[in-house]
Amino acid sequence: MAKELKLMKGNEAIAEAAIRSGCDGYFGYPITPQSEVMEYLMAEKPWERTGMVVLQAESETSSINMVYGGAGVGKKVMTSSSSPGISLMAEGLTYLAGAELPALVVNVVRGGPGLGTIQPSQADYFQATKGGGHGDYQLFVLAPATVQEMYDFVFLGWEIAFKYRNPVMILSDGAIGQVMEKLYVGDYVPRWTDEELRKNAPWASFGKPADRDHHIITSLELDSAKQEQHNHKLQAKYREMEEKEVRFEAINCDDADYIFVAYGSSARIAEKAMQLGKEKGYKIGILRLITLFPFPKKKIAELSTKVKGMLAVEMSAGQMVEDVRLAAQFRCPVEHFGRYGGIIHTPQEVLEALEEKIIKRK
Amino acid sequence: MTEEIIIAGFGGQGVLSMGKILAYSGAMQDKEVSWMPSYGPEMRGGTANVSVIISDERISSPIISQFDTAIILNQQSLDKFEKSVKPGGLLLYDPNGIHTPPTRTDINIFKVAATEKAAELGLAKVFNMIVLGGFLKVKPVVTEEFIEKGLMKSLPERHHKMIPENLKAVQTGKEIVEAVRTL
Repeated sequence: MAKELKLMKGNEAIAEAAIRSGCDGYFGYPITPQSEVMEYLMAEKPWERTGMVVLQAESETSSINMVYGGAGVGKKVMTSSSSPGISLMAEGLTYLAGAELPALVVNVVRGGPGLGTIQPSQADYFQATKGGGHGDYQLFVLAPATVQEMYDFVFLGWEIAFKYRNPVMILSDGAIGQVMEKLYVGDYVPRWTDEELRKNAPWASFGKPADRDHHIITSLELDSAKQEQHNHKLQAKYREMEEKEVRFEAINCDDADYIFVAYGSSARIAEKAMQLGKEKGYKIGILRLITLFPFPKKKIAELSTKVKGMLAVEMSAGQMVEDVRLAAQFRCPVEHFGRYGGIIHTPQEVLEALEEKIIKRK
Repeated sequence: MTEEIIIAGFGGQGVLSMGKILAYSGAMQDKEVSWMPSYGPEMRGGTANVSVIISDERISSPIISQFDTAIILNQQSLDKFEKSVKPGGLLLYDPNGIHTPPTRTDINIFKVAATEKAAELGLAKVFNMIVLGGFLKVKPVVTEEFIEKGLMKSLPERHHKMIPENLKAVQTGKEIVEAVRTL
């Protein structure tokens, strides 16, 4: 595959990937710090090249329901927003999950709660991985740490979304959205033809021929016995994801005394802190989470028997750290460090926190 | 080689685009690069800054708080970033409008009178490239050849006719940069 070098913002990489991955439709509403996604799409006019629809809806609620409609007919559809906008989409997300619809939702997280601030944050971890909407459902959550991953995870997102018929969230933040880095882009993947759509999404409601039953897309089932069955099916799907789809990057973990557990921009900052720590003689590794759901429980359990402690580094008051503690099961100390509300911690602060909370721990 | 740079000044001085051209040039020279702007309310207050990293190795954090080089274009930015230069690092500033010059003695300090020179030569549009030239004279992290390639890649085609003027500005910056205090 031809690889072409570009220099792009993370948000622009999402948009470029959408066009190049054969996306059929993007529906969105502007909000800082992710407005470049739609801006870029509007400037590129993919409808003239690939036929991809780009539409600014009247609200986030509307965007996510347009996604529901497009997904229902088997199209590759997506939206993007930032924290307050994602909250508005919460109903749509649980409906998508309940109706088992594939879709891509990008959250370029900003500081909260409420309208919060427009600066980077990672305080939407609970919302992304534990719900946000109602009911027993899971989004598949990918956490890019580079502009290249912003691009690559759009392609991976479609694959997972259609394989499991489940909405996929790319959980990024204002820093990865705004930073410009090198990006290698590949060839254009054409949008699916009607025949390909029927083959790849045979469940979709693309028009009923006389010789088969209706395809019904719904999350409503008033017969509780059937609804429980449906929930069993969803749970089996989530367990399969946990079995087969966990992704992480383990950096210098093999002989580490201490581990930073982090994702997204915090993982980048932790990597710098790891280098600073090395100069002081500390053996630090990083477990960089790529999938937040499914969560790498087994890897953390394994590491927890080998190391002296773990520091969960995230730009929140302590969300992911709960999952790290559950997986580590008190086999080693697990502490949290993070600045939040739109403040980004520095590598120096991260290293100091490791020293204070883990290394010099009594 | 890893060079961690902050470029800071007023909005409209071409801070972000200078960073972009530097990053593009680095990328053309097969280096790893990152460009991280300040965005949001900070920008609306009138100051703009961007962190640029150019490295032979994988870049860990694009978000940095200590810099090998600070390129400073106004007093507010000098007040804010002088203390963030690593000991032994470089502070390069345009003296125009600077009423309280830098005081640190553990870093190398250079000045490039780009505002003055740009006005004199009628190169106001490429003022930022004079500054960039000054920086590249002191720290040649990318070579001239790749600056040209970076300009070609980062400027839209309709502006390519401006490239010779930009390169001339870089050259001018190299000629007028001067040491204030060095280690």
